[in-house]
Amino acid sequence: MAPGSAPDPGATGRRGWPAALRQAATLAGILPFTIYVLLGLGAPAVAIAYGAFQDPTTGRFTLSNIDTATHGIYLHGFLITMELSVITSVVPGVFGFLIGYAIYTARHGSVLRRVAITASGVFANFGGVPLAFLFIATLGTTGIATRWLTDIGFNPYSNGFNLYDLGGVALVYLYFQIPLMVLVILPAFEGLRPAWREAAANMGARTWHYWRFVGGPVLLPSFLGCVLLLFGSAFSAYATAEALTSGTIPLTAIQIGSFLNGNVLAGQQNVGKALGLGMVLIIAVLMVLYTFLQRRAARWLR
Amino acid sequence: MAAVTGERLAGEAGSAGPATAAAAGRRSFPVWRWAILVLAGVYFLIPLYAALRFAGIASFGQVVKQTGFSDALTLSLRLAVVTTVLTLVLMVPTTIYVHLRLPRLRRLMESITILPIVIPPVVLIVGVLQVAPSYLKGTPYLLGLIYVVLAMPFAYRSLDAGLRALDLRTLVDAANSLGAGWRATLWRVIVPNLRTALLSATVLTVALVLGEFTIASLDLYQTFPVWIVAFDQTSGPVSTAASLLALFVTWVFLMLIVTVGSRRARRTGAGQVDLISVTRRDTSGPRIGES
Repeated sequence: MAPGSAPDPGATGRRGWPAALRQAATLAGILPFTIYVLLGLGAPAVAIAYGAFQDPTTGRFTLSNIDTATHGIYLHGFLITMELSVITSVVPGVFGFLIGYAIYTARHGSVLRRVAITASGVFANFGGVPLAFLFIATLGTTGIATRWLTDIGFNPYSNGFNLYDLGGVALVYLYFQIPLMVLVILPAFEGLRPAWREAAANMGARTWHYWRFVGGPVLLPSFLGCVLLLFGSAFSAYATAEALTSGTIPLTAIQIGSFLNGNVLAGQQNVGKALGLGMVLIIAVLMVLYTFLQRRAARWLR
Repeated sequence: MAAVTGERLAGEAGSAGPATAAAAGRRSFPVWRWAILVLAGVYFLIPLYAALRFAGIASFGQVVKQTGFSDALTLSLRLAVVTTVLTLVLMVPTTIYVHLRLPRLRRLMESITILPIVIPPVVLIVGVLQVAPSYLKGTPYLLGLIYVVLAMPFAYRSLDAGLRALDLRTLVDAANSLGAGWRATLWRVIVPNLRTALLSATVLTVALVLGEFTIASLDLYQTFPVWIVAFDQTSGPVSTAASLLALFVTWVFLMLIVTVGSRRARRTGAGQVDLISVTRRDTSGPRIGES
């Protein structure tokens, strides 16, 4: 790596070198990293983009993969994934916002605050297989909460609830999405200066006025940015839904997974790549929006 | 920040009277806030309780005796070690080098290292299987190499935060004027100062590897999380017990980061590794049994 620890390149014996060469020598220090990123991230990305437009049998350019990926069950998959992502970003967004505010108003250093923040950190990092098992034990057909509810005369399964369909998956997603929202929205609350509230009060503003004209507008970009983050998190999730439904729910991530597991019609081997490309493009749009919102939010938070 | 300091003082003085009216407003906890927190508590605790009841105490002892348990766990642990070593060997010199010599590239590095979080793992593995040479496919080596990519964002962020808290330039200059070569500077000056960052990078990488499911299952390799699912076909309680164990391990890991991070922050007043930088999204969390 570092070709010497000389703090100032100009002070070493390279003074005579042409500037371009010296610059190239400096850049050589990040060569291993660059190569690794190109191989581990760049090459797969190119392979997906390339394969999405390639006929699997002839190897020629084609739009049929894209066509297949944007119609029928795959279009349905994208729509269901979007629907799930919207539900599991807006609902936890609102709940997480309220919980975040409740934590923010608790005393600094209070037990409630510490427990809530640490718990959020832990729960936001739950997910995947263990989470699926947790909920099967709770709300599965023989789960404990299911039995409780049946005992008080409300069997969820005879009332349209099913843990293994979209609604069930959404309920399970809340388990890591709400804490994630709490964690990402808390800094925004901490950025609300008490001085703003005092200034508003001095000018005769009531609580409602403060939230309508000061707190709300300041928090809005942060809130939207965090909801976008949750959307992305739900959008690319795979393990939780897969473990819970054994892949029966038509989410795009699961459809891509089933391509890899070999459940493929002849001539459609590259549709999985087209789906992958679609996911990356949607995420890319989200990231642009997110960056924009973060920039707006950063104006007030420092 | 009158209200905040007032509130803090009030907090330190126990339940003494609030310093300002604003603090008073924030201290009186209205009913709706309790309702929200209680509701959240119920939602988050019931599944834990249910899983404990469902598994039963006996299952925890049985987990260890199951066929495939030790193979899967050993594989996951070995992967964790290999991935951590590779990640640190790749990222520590690179991050230090960028800080010292190419500070202008920091923003670019940040954007590059965020990519593995942004690209869904299920998409990444499609591309990887496409380009990987056939002798690597379906092997744990491929898995280890991909995990280095997945660990990059978290390793970079931890190291970057750690380096930012240091006066790196002065340290390096001092080491140089005392006659240390770059190797001595790296090993005996910079690395010891980065202990917290290194620890958090390690912990995050280990947690990531122990919990990763998507890529392992699609690379058809039976790591521990994949084993839990495969095992569910035969015994529900035992795999639930295994899941709870996995959750517990995640929790211990996170507590470790937070404890070490905040102790360090108290001492130096900077470079805190907070829970937000620790949090990952469902794409590739440092969670045991992630997505």
